[in-house]
Parts: sequence; C-alpha cells; structure tokens
Amino acid sequence: MRVVLAEDLFLLRDGLVRMLEAYDFEVVAAVESGPELTRALAEQRPDVAVVDVRLPPSFTDEGLQCALAARRDRPGLPVLVLSQHVEQLYARELLADGSGGVGYLLKDRVFDAEQFIDAVRRVAAGGTAMDPQVISQLLSRRARDRPMARLTPREVEVMELVAQGRSNTAIASRLVITERAVAKHTSNIFGKLQLPPSDDDNRRVLAVLAYLDRG
Amino acid sequence: MRVRRTLVAAVRGLGLAPAVELGSVTLFVLAVVSLALIVVGVGVLTTPVVLFWARRYAQLRRVWGYDLAGVRIPADYRPFPAGLGHGPVSQARRCAVLLGDPATWRELLWLPVDASVGLALVLLPPSLVGYGVGFVLLPVLEGLTGIGGYVLGLGSLPAEHPWLLFTLPVLGAGFLLLARYANPALIRAHFLLAAVFLTPPRAELAERVARLTETRYDAVDASAAELRRIERDLHDGAQARLVAMGMSLGTIEALVEKDPAQAKELLARARQSSAEALTELRDLVRGIHPPVLAERGLGDAVRALALRMEIPVEVAVALPGRLAAPVESAAYFAVSEVLTNAAKHSGADRIAVGLRHADGRLRITVSDNGRGFAPTGPPPGGGTGLRGIERRLGTFDGTLAVSSPAGGPTLVTMEIPCA
Repeated sequence: MRVVLAEDLFLLRDGLVRMLEAYDFEVVAAVESGPELTRALAEQRPDVAVVDVRLPPSFTDEGLQCALAARRDRPGLPVLVLSQHVEQLYARELLADGSGGVGYLLKDRVFDAEQFIDAVRRVAAGGTAMDPQVISQLLSRRARDRPMARLTPREVEVMELVAQGRSNTAIASRLVITERAVAKHTSNIFGKLQLPPSDDDNRRVLAVLAYLDRG
Repeated sequence: MRVRRTLVAAVRGLGLAPAVELGSVTLFVLAVVSLALIVVGVGVLTTPVVLFWARRYAQLRRVWGYDLAGVRIPADYRPFPAGLGHGPVSQARRCAVLLGDPATWRELLWLPVDASVGLALVLLPPSLVGYGVGFVLLPVLEGLTGIGGYVLGLGSLPAEHPWLLFTLPVLGAGFLLLARYANPALIRAHFLLAAVFLTPPRAELAERVARLTETRYDAVDASAAELRRIERDLHDGAQARLVAMGMSLGTIEALVEKDPAQAKELLARARQSSAEALTELRDLVRGIHPPVLAERGLGDAVRALALRMEIPVEVAVALPGRLAAPVESAAYFAVSEVLTNAAKHSGADRIAVGLRHADGRLRITVSDNGRGFAPTGPPPGGGTGLRGIERRLGTFDGTLAVSSPAGGPTLVTMEIPCA
C-alpha cells in the first residue's frame, strides 16, 4: 500500500517511516511542509496520506488544510491526520463530506504500533479512525442531549467504538460479546439516532456526524 | 559674554526664520488641502504622508528647542497598529489613527501660530541687532556715502527728515540694549510657544501614567504567577513521571534476563507513564497558549472552547482576520473564564458568545439565560474571577461590564481597543 507522509519533526518522521515500512507499507514520499505535501499528494496519488496538523511554513493548521484541499480535489482520498492535540472542531471538518476514509488521532497513539497500523489500514479502506479522546469529549457532552440519554450504558460503549471506526468483529472481541449482539446494539443505536437503514456503507460515519452536528 | 550670547541668539533667529516660515506655512497649507480632499477620497491616501512630514517637522523643532534654548517639548503620539502594509487599506487605517490622535490636532493648531507669532519671535533678535547697529551708525554712513537712509529703507533722510539723523542713533542704542537683555529670552520664548501647543495636557498624561503603572504591575504579577504555576506543574507532573520512567527502565535492564515476565510488566507501566506525561504536557500547553488559538485564531479557538462546554454554547464571530497575539490570548482566556463562570453558577441551559471587531475595538459579549445575581450582591466565586478578567483586559486598556439582575439574564460585555 502506497503512503504519503507529512511530518515536520525529523525524529517522528523517521520513526513513522520505519514503522510503516515494518508493516509492509510503501512510503512513496515523506515530506516536511505544506506545499511539499500538496505536491506529493497530486503527483503520487497515494492509497493513504498520514499528515501532521501543524506544518511549516505557517506552523498553524497547514497540514489539515492541505489534506482538506486534497480531498476536495479527489473526493474520498484516505487521510489520517495526526496531532499533538485533538479538537472536535477539526474532527467535524474532516468528517464533513460524509464520505469516510478519514482518521484523526493523537500522536501518542503511535506508541501502540499495532493499533496505529490498524487505524491506517481502516482509513485506507474507506473507514474512519477517530481518536478515543474526541469521542469521549463528545459522549460526555452529549450525555445531556435527549437522543443520547436514551442509549443504555452498553450501547454507549458500543457507540464509542463505532465512532472510533471499529468493525463489528473488533467491537465484539473488545467487549467480549458476540458479533450478533454488536449488530443488534448498533442497529438500536442507529434507530435511536434516527438514521434509517440504507445501502450507504458509511452509516457509522453518519452516526458520528450526527453527534457532531447536534453541537 | 553677554554680547556673544546676544549675537548668537540673533544669528540663530536669522537662521530659524526661513526654516520656520517655509516649514510651517507649507505643511499647514498641505495639511488643510489634504484634509479637504478626504471628502473625495484622495485625501485618505495623502493625509498620512502630509501628517507624517508634519510630525517629522515637529520632532525636528523639538530637537532644536532642546539644543538651542534648553526647552523640552514632550511628544505623545499614539502607536500605529502592527502589520500595516503599503496598500490603500493600510493607508486608510493609518489616516484614521492619525486623525484620532489629539497630538495631530495640536500640531495642526500650532502650525499657523508658529508661522505668525513664532516667526515674529525669531525675527526680533536679528532685527534688534541689525537695526540697532544700523541706526547707531546711520550718521557715519550718511556722512560717508550719502545713501544711509536708502540702505535702512528710510528714503532720502537728510532731505525729508533731517532730525532723524540725530534721534535714530539713540533709538538704535536702545535696540542694542534691549537685544543685550532680551535676545536669548526671545529665542527661548519661540520654543516655549511651541511647547505650549505641542505638549500633551498634563492631566491626560498623569492619568495615563497612573493607569499604565497599575496595569503594568498587574501584568507582571500575572505573568509571575503563571510562571510559578507552569514550573510547579512541570516539576510535579511531567518531570516526576520522566524520572519514574528512567528508574523503571533501569530496573527493566536488570530484570530483562532474570525475570522477563516482570520486565514486561514494568515496560507496560513505563509506557503508561510516558502517555500520562504527554497528557499532562498537553494540558499544560493548553493552559499557556491553546493550540487552536495558535493555529486558527480567536474565532475558531472560542468555537472549539464552546464545543467542549457541557452547556450548548452558540458562537457568532465577525472578525476581520487574526488580531495581535497578546490580544487574542487575553480575549480567549477572558471568554474561557466567563464561560466557566456561567456554566458553574448561572444554572443556564443556553449561552451565547459574540465576537465582533469594529471601530478599532474588539467587542465580546457573553449572555446566558440563567438566574443571574443582583449587581449589588457578591458575584459568584467571590468576584475573584471577574476581577481577574478585569486585570487581564486592563493591560490592554480593555473594559469589562456585567449586567446581571437577580433572576437573570446575565450579560457580560468586554471591550479591548485594538486598532
């Protein structure tokens, strides 16, 4: 799988390249600034981009802006955004087009290589990978909203993992329940959030969006 | 000695006169024309240039005033906002700052006075000396050449006013005597006149100095307290965790072959520790300068703040772009404090925040639909929170106003000048 990587700190960039290559990704470009990232994304057309939010030359949210712009040019381009901090505001912007293939993780998550690689794969496959911290902020805040209040504690747990972008299989093994039980919980959740069943694969993304939009 | 000072004053007066006349008249005329042209728009671009030169000119006169007559003329110009470029918009903002500055109007009032009374004051010393000498020498001059009257511009003296030949030397001697005592004082008077017009009013200055002193102490106190907090947080938090991690790693080194199972357990704990250190550092950074504020500016930083609140917060932003970083930071923490207050004490279930930049002021409103507190009663938190915000804003000459009748609603308004 071809990856474009953007990270301005040499140590982290180097570490990420090593890690990705150890898991059989092909890092076709490892760049350190916004303009370079934009060029690499256009030329290399990677399967997934791993991007730091804050990049030179502006050292503001250049990486996020480049990623969003690239997704406008090429809808559904899988982008995993890494950041020293996570904000719902940015999560909302990334998920806004509802087409999936986005991730937004704290940089700390690379500590757990397997989880991190799993997130890259999920994003590359068109799924989502939201940082548990975004989700927990979201859920604690939404606890007062009526649709959320109707979720049972178990459903909240399931919702948390759905929002992170995990598959039913992964949720089942995490919560030590059967996949059928997970499917039942998720369909209950979608019902309570008034998300009608459809052929859209990204109903899970929409569930997260539904939370974000209720803000 | 006295003679020398008298002559020096005369020469200085002679030198100053054309400079005064040319500078003051030209600049006054240009300024009036330029101000009149503001009506048709062109003036907005030319006025800053003209007023800039007027300032340079006034500054030059300040220097001369001190060098030539020992008169100190203080200057008090308002600073221009940072980041002004060369475009017409920047020029218009410059124009607005200049026209809003009382110093500009003091200068414009001074220019015509300087060109008339001021000119007379610098012309008197050389005239007294010149005419004094001329009048005293008139009989000799007339006797030698017969054209002394013409030289002094009095016509043919012996023919028209023969008695002047004898009275004028007496007058001339009087002029010279006057010059001897008055010349340096006249030059000094010229600069004192300028000082009268150009010196900022004392009361205004004193008030400003008192306020600046107070807010400076506040700012120093606040930043010292902040540094202490950061030091303590680092010392008790991240630093301690890193030490613990180092110790764990040392132990692991010793255990890795003897007891791999325990080494593994310790490794897991060390990783946990590093994650916690990161979380603490992140919180610390957020407390010093929130990342969103650095990345996106005040508008989005307040939006992000609103998203983290438990109570729904509506945010309306009308900002032209990024503000100066210290203003952004002060405004952000003020909003954060007010929001926390409202969430904790008001019992509101809806809060609205408005950010607007207009007329060179950042205006922030925070309103909630809670129960309020009577303005006479103690505000929630013993008022320390509000006092803290006031101090924070005070550093920027900002103000805080709270309207909170018992039963609500509460409206907090904050304003920070930031032209």
